[in-house]
Amino acid sequence: MSTEVVNEIKEQEYFINMGPQHPSTHGVLRLLLSLDGEIIKNVEPHLGYIHRSIEKMCEKDTYKMIVHLTDRMDYLSCHMNNEAVCLAVEKGIELEVSDRVKVIRTIMSELTRLSSHQLWWGVMGMDLGAITSFLYGFRDREMIIDIFEETCGARLTMNYNVPGGVMFDIPNNFQKRVKEFIIYFKKKLPEYDDLLSNNVIFKARTEGVGILSKEDAISYGVTGPSGRASGFSCDIRKQHPYSAYDRVDFKEILYSEGDCFARYKARIDEMWESMFIIEQLIDNIPEGSARETTRAVIKLPKGEFYQKVETARGEFGVYIISDGKKSPYRLKFRSPGFSTLNALNTMAKGSKIADLVAIMSTIDLVIPDIDR
Amino acid sequence: MIKSIIKYIKEVLGGLKSLLKGMRVTGYYISHPKEIITQQYPENKDTLKMFDRFRGEVILLHDENNEHRCTGCTACEVACPNGSIEIISERVLNPETGKKKKEIDKFIYHLSMCTMCNLCIESCPTDAIKMGRNFEHAVFDRSLLTSVLNRPGSKLAPGVED
Ligand code: SF4
Ligand code: SF4
Repeated sequence: MSTEVVNEIKEQEYFINMGPQHPSTHGVLRLLLSLDGEIIKNVEPHLGYIHRSIEKMCEKDTYKMIVHLTDRMDYLSCHMNNEAVCLAVEKGIELEVSDRVKVIRTIMSELTRLSSHQLWWGVMGMDLGAITSFLYGFRDREMIIDIFEETCGARLTMNYNVPGGVMFDIPNNFQKRVKEFIIYFKKKLPEYDDLLSNNVIFKARTEGVGILSKEDAISYGVTGPSGRASGFSCDIRKQHPYSAYDRVDFKEILYSEGDCFARYKARIDEMWESMFIIEQLIDNIPEGSARETTRAVIKLPKGEFYQKVETARGEFGVYIISDGKKSPYRLKFRSPGFSTLNALNTMAKGSKIADLVAIMSTIDLVIPDIDR
Repeated sequence: MIKSIIKYIKEVLGGLKSLLKGMRVTGYYISHPKEIITQQYPENKDTLKMFDRFRGEVILLHDENNEHRCTGCTACEVACPNGSIEIISERVLNPETGKKKKEIDKFIYHLSMCTMCNLCIESCPTDAIKMGRNFEHAVFDRSLLTSVLNRPGSKLAPGVED
């Protein structure tokens, strides 16, 4: 080959598809990488592999039915998604739920956050080559899932919140089980640090990798633990408290580094905070009705209603435009994963392919949430 | 020069220590088999008990006289988000009163479409249906997942009005 041809080949970028069937994308996400050797020059996410047009489906469903569709978006924070829809509908019909419902919802949301972070921790370890952590994460998550199963009747797609309250009152031994779990998990969470956080290989692969500056986090709208690891204070629970978050005391976890390790630490610290919130609430669940009676078919008055909540991945918003009928005229979900995915290119540019796996797992993507 | 060598050795030793720490956790579980929580399914089928509220399938309750409480009001059919329930009813002449009364002919349930959302159960005015606890639904043909829930020859329990 002449030197010209060789030089031209050297200069050419080459493209590689990561996904849609790739174990580290946690779902059917396709990333089109353009590479220079092993250095990433550009990442372009391609969506649409599991699009189910949930927003369009909502336009024909009643408000009670919409709740169960949100389970199928971010299935790891389904309880918070349900809550967002219920709060928006309750805003519309001007219904104030009882204190009991507020506290139950808050406890359930925090349990969901814990279970989501446990799963993320396990999967994160596995992405970086440590299968052990996957089993440990699932072991601890199982206790929470059992609590959910006893309370809501389902293990993943709970559909526990309904407009006006919760579907069933909590069972008698709910408090006992939750307290048992907190005692258990307080012993087990330091194990997570021993296994992964302090591990020298893990640190080498995450520290200083995939840095997202505060400015970029804000302009891309990266919220949740990923945003807070870049120093962007965006906790909805603190800034726009809903349910019972105004009566509990907790810290907003902020880091300034913005790298993979900071995002990792932010989630580990959030688990401690979640347990702290549950501890404050679990002993004083107020008496009252667990569900206000609503009409069989709820109709929202004409107007626009918005409610945002903090899911395990960030800010989740529900925007309903109602024309007074039994189903919304238009409904829009603001899902945290979609915004976070947009920042992937900024984070991954200039790093190696192996680092992209670490970045992907620390931003904790759930694909059905992005592609709904 | 010496300093950098010392730093390097320190890093290596620190790294080894962190690895050993992780190994200690694993070692603990190897030597404490009681902490293992794995369940041996399906070997434990006899002792496996699901929670009361577990939502596995929709069932139509029948009592010992082969009577159910479904009046055929179709409230559940309307409440279902995905059309998993189809009620086919007919008007039957009641010989005692001489009036025609609605009765279900077939209560068709498509398990393959059901999302176990519990909305039908909530909407039923006569508590005729319930969530069953069976979760082993695997079959070889999709058509087997559609079933008629009212048993052959079953009747509406007396005293149930819609
Ligand atoms: S549980 Fe939900 S999806 Fe299933 S039949 Fe009832 S209403 Fe329909
Ligand atoms: S709502 Fe109850 S009574 Fe009415 S058709 Fe359904 S099962 Fe029968």
